[in-house]
Amino acid sequence: MSEALDLGDLGLDQGGHLLVKRALRAVEVGATVHVRGTAPELAVHLRGWCRAQGHRLVSAEAGGESFVVLERGGAEDGRWRGALITGHVDPQQPGAVADVAPPQWGLAARGATVEAGSPPMSFALSERDEIWADEAAQLYAQAVAAQWDPATAIDWTAEYSIPDEVEDAVVQVMTYLIENETAALIVPTRFLGQVHPHFREVMQVLAVQAADEARHIEVFTRRACLRRDALGLSTAGGQASLKSLLDEPDFAMASFLLSVLGEGSFLSLLWFLHEHAPDPITRQVAKLAAQDEARHVAFGLAHLRRHADLDPTLRGRLQMAVQRRHAELQHTAGLNEEVFDALLLLAAGGWDRDALRRGWQAVQQLKADMDDGRRRRLARLGFSVDEAAELSALHTRNFM
Amino acid sequence: MADTLLMGAVAYDPKVVTIWEGFRTWFAGRELDFDFVLYSNYERQVQAHLEGHVHVAWNSPLAWLQAERAAKAAGRKAEAIAMRDTDCDLTSVIVVRSDSDVKSIADLKGRGRKVAVGAGDSPQATLIPLLHLAEHGVVPDDDVEVVKFDVLVGKHGDHIGGERDAVKALLDAQVDAACMIDGNHLAFTAEGTIPAGATKILAQTAPYDHCNFTIFDDVGPKAQVDRFRELLLSMRYDDPAVRPLLDLEGLKVWKPGRTEGYAQLEKAIDRFGTIEDFLASLGGRCT
Repeated sequence: MSEALDLGDLGLDQGGHLLVKRALRAVEVGATVHVRGTAPELAVHLRGWCRAQGHRLVSAEAGGESFVVLERGGAEDGRWRGALITGHVDPQQPGAVADVAPPQWGLAARGATVEAGSPPMSFALSERDEIWADEAAQLYAQAVAAQWDPATAIDWTAEYSIPDEVEDAVVQVMTYLIENETAALIVPTRFLGQVHPHFREVMQVLAVQAADEARHIEVFTRRACLRRDALGLSTAGGQASLKSLLDEPDFAMASFLLSVLGEGSFLSLLWFLHEHAPDPITRQVAKLAAQDEARHVAFGLAHLRRHADLDPTLRGRLQMAVQRRHAELQHTAGLNEEVFDALLLLAAGGWDRDALRRGWQAVQQLKADMDDGRRRRLARLGFSVDEAAELSALHTRNFM
Repeated sequence: MADTLLMGAVAYDPKVVTIWEGFRTWFAGRELDFDFVLYSNYERQVQAHLEGHVHVAWNSPLAWLQAERAAKAAGRKAEAIAMRDTDCDLTSVIVVRSDSDVKSIADLKGRGRKVAVGAGDSPQATLIPLLHLAEHGVVPDDDVEVVKFDVLVGKHGDHIGGERDAVKALLDAQVDAACMIDGNHLAFTAEGTIPAGATKILAQTAPYDHCNFTIFDDVGPKAQVDRFRELLLSMRYDDPAVRPLLDLEGLKVWKPGRTEGYAQLEKAIDRFGTIEDFLASLGGRCT
């Protein structure tokens, strides 16, 4: 079998090699392609090109028009022999997502064909059951659609008038939020680098989660600095609580403690701030952050629910993780007094006795809401009512 | 250690270490005890090979002729046992600028014309194209000034830099013509060194061959040499363990050695006296 190709005046130095490749692919290894063309260097370039590509130049007549006969070599086929198939790009397709993604797939996109001999890359999170959630793609799409620009989404010029000490209370709460959101950025980011890229949607959800937290850190900082040039206090007890999240090496445990229990509690806190903040800017930043946090909680719940359904031992391990963390933190102060007092004053909006009483009640209600939310989420993970109540009560007093 | 097959190679580029470390591992997996010694230049390697320090040498075509002639002078016999598919049937081209008034080789004669070549010891970028000019009536140095771009002398033009410098000089109008391997003309266009259409090919040499693995009939353990050759020829491009090494070394398959393709280079070195000093320097020490 033989194929003919007329390149006209198109040279190999002008993209003509693509036509030559296409013609060679149309014939069997060992069969010939007759190439003609008027590009002046065609015969010379085909000689060098064939040698480099592993094809044989059978004959070459150069002139005003060159006539060159090429024989297809087997190198291209050889390169792709034994290539690895990596599932399907669409996770809905049967068999699209592997139970275990092997190191040899490396960074290749799911659904790509990988050359055999590609360097193996070790990703600690390579088992589907540990990390996957069918909702990941949808949550990622929602997150991308809901991204907001801190410069325009918040009216930073809004006028407000509050007592100096209430402004200080807002700054203290912002200081606390910043360090908590820093932990919420670092924890998923550490795992992000361990997720096998085969689980693309999970990788993307964690990445956008980190971007959310980066933005929260930005807006909380900016709010704190509106009228102050220094931030508030950071306590040993608060940092000890967050450090225990950073120290958790297991993805499921960390995700449970951070996303389900911690960020779940923060949802209540952010909506509290949205409702009770003394100024419109704090209300806006709290609302925008709460909307993002809701997705983080949803992803945590989704993959842990799936994981727990597949692995009956998971709930027991999650339970132990809460108990272990509680034991670690029981000798620390938990939520610092300054934050508690700041929340109270912030909700009161001033020093009026009735206002302080309302503030106190609001903070008590906040703690009840947090507990209620945690118990509901624990129930969604399959814990009994009693278990959920016990675990919620053991959750860190630092909220996150 | 006593049974180790030792191969010499010239370190013209750091990748040489990667290549031969990789092959060493591959050979070890096939029960060939193989190691390599790197030399900074081919002359040192040929001399060491003649003296039996290594059993096989991965030689440039010029080194092959140095080895073959030195062996012959001593009553010994050299043999080329294998080569790359890409060592077969190369041509060199002599290139001018598209707007040049040089329309034929004869136009390079006189009038202060200059031809840029690679390293003085490069078969492909210097010796063979200059022979081509000489055989077409333009005698290097007499009829046309030869401007050498001596990148890494002793490495026989293995480093592409000399050819690239030569073509840059051509594009800068410092010279009237430049010499290079056929494939490099396309490569220089692809990498942007030569803008498309900026040059035209004035002449093309006849095909010639390039490197080979050289042995001497009285050096090295024969069984291991045979096994080495057998394993080389068995390497397949569809084997992912060797494919990256073959890619680095620039081949798809090893072929049995042949020596007919060195005829042009023999003529060139005879005409230009290229290796006489080297052969004289051996001074009978390698017999």
